[in-house]
Amino acid sequence: MKTHSAPHPPASSRRQVLGQAAALAGLLVGTGLFPRLARAYSDQAFGAKTVQDALGALGGGALAESADVTLSGPDIAENGALVAFGLATTLPGARQLLLLVEKNPVPLVALFHVSPAVEPAFSLRAKLAQSSAVYAVAVMDDGRALYARREVRVTLGSCGT
Amino acid sequence: MAEPMRIRAQASGGKATVRILMAHEMESGQRKDEAGRIAPAWFIQEVTVTHNGRPALSAEWGPGVSKNPYLQFVLKDARPGDTVAVHWKDNRGETRSDEATVA
Repeated sequence: MKTHSAPHPPASSRRQVLGQAAALAGLLVGTGLFPRLARAYSDQAFGAKTVQDALGALGGGALAESADVTLSGPDIAENGALVAFGLATTLPGARQLLLLVEKNPVPLVALFHVSPAVEPAFSLRAKLAQSSAVYAVAVMDDGRALYARREVRVTLGSCGT
Repeated sequence: MAEPMRIRAQASGGKATVRILMAHEMESGQRKDEAGRIAPAWFIQEVTVTHNGRPALSAEWGPGVSKNPYLQFVLKDARPGDTVAVHWKDNRGETRSDEATVA
């Protein structure tokens, strides 16, 4: 089996990736779906000086950005009530695909249980309360959580504003 | 009983692209009406799909899925004449099931 390792980011963006992984971990913990992440989530993740240490603090390097997880969607959404996304992974062994919107009152938008009967690729429309980071997360059979991230700017928010 | 779903399943190269448009308000529980009252959360929570009677897909949704949900996915190993059945259940316990034939 081919193992995937994310390319090592340059030093100047390590802080950025560290922040992303920590923010995403917070969202995932909030869903209650990842008790292992909940136990591992700690100040240690925020105090870590390298991406590897942050990922290690979140459960043995379980959370990683991956080019093999894709999230398609607009850069700018004119209507936050209807934002079209596609989430997919080309990796075999994905058990679940999740869509999370960081700044929504309930960040977890959708969770798909991947079965051998369907391709691990889904399109749907989501509500964005405001401009936000959006994540597609593939939870693998071996427990790894691999993600892709987009920034979506909303010019007219959803959720009653 | 909710309005029927619109389901289109198109076979190509041994697979079928399934497109579904569901009719549902998908209230997030955040919206206020003109009087300032919060419209209570009312949204589809579970979606299950069977292909020729066998489970193919299950999904769990939160209030962040848009009103009149659109869902698209690809069934592997599908051919014209196959049956695709879609079932949803919302947080009030209401349900809806619809079927379509793969074209």
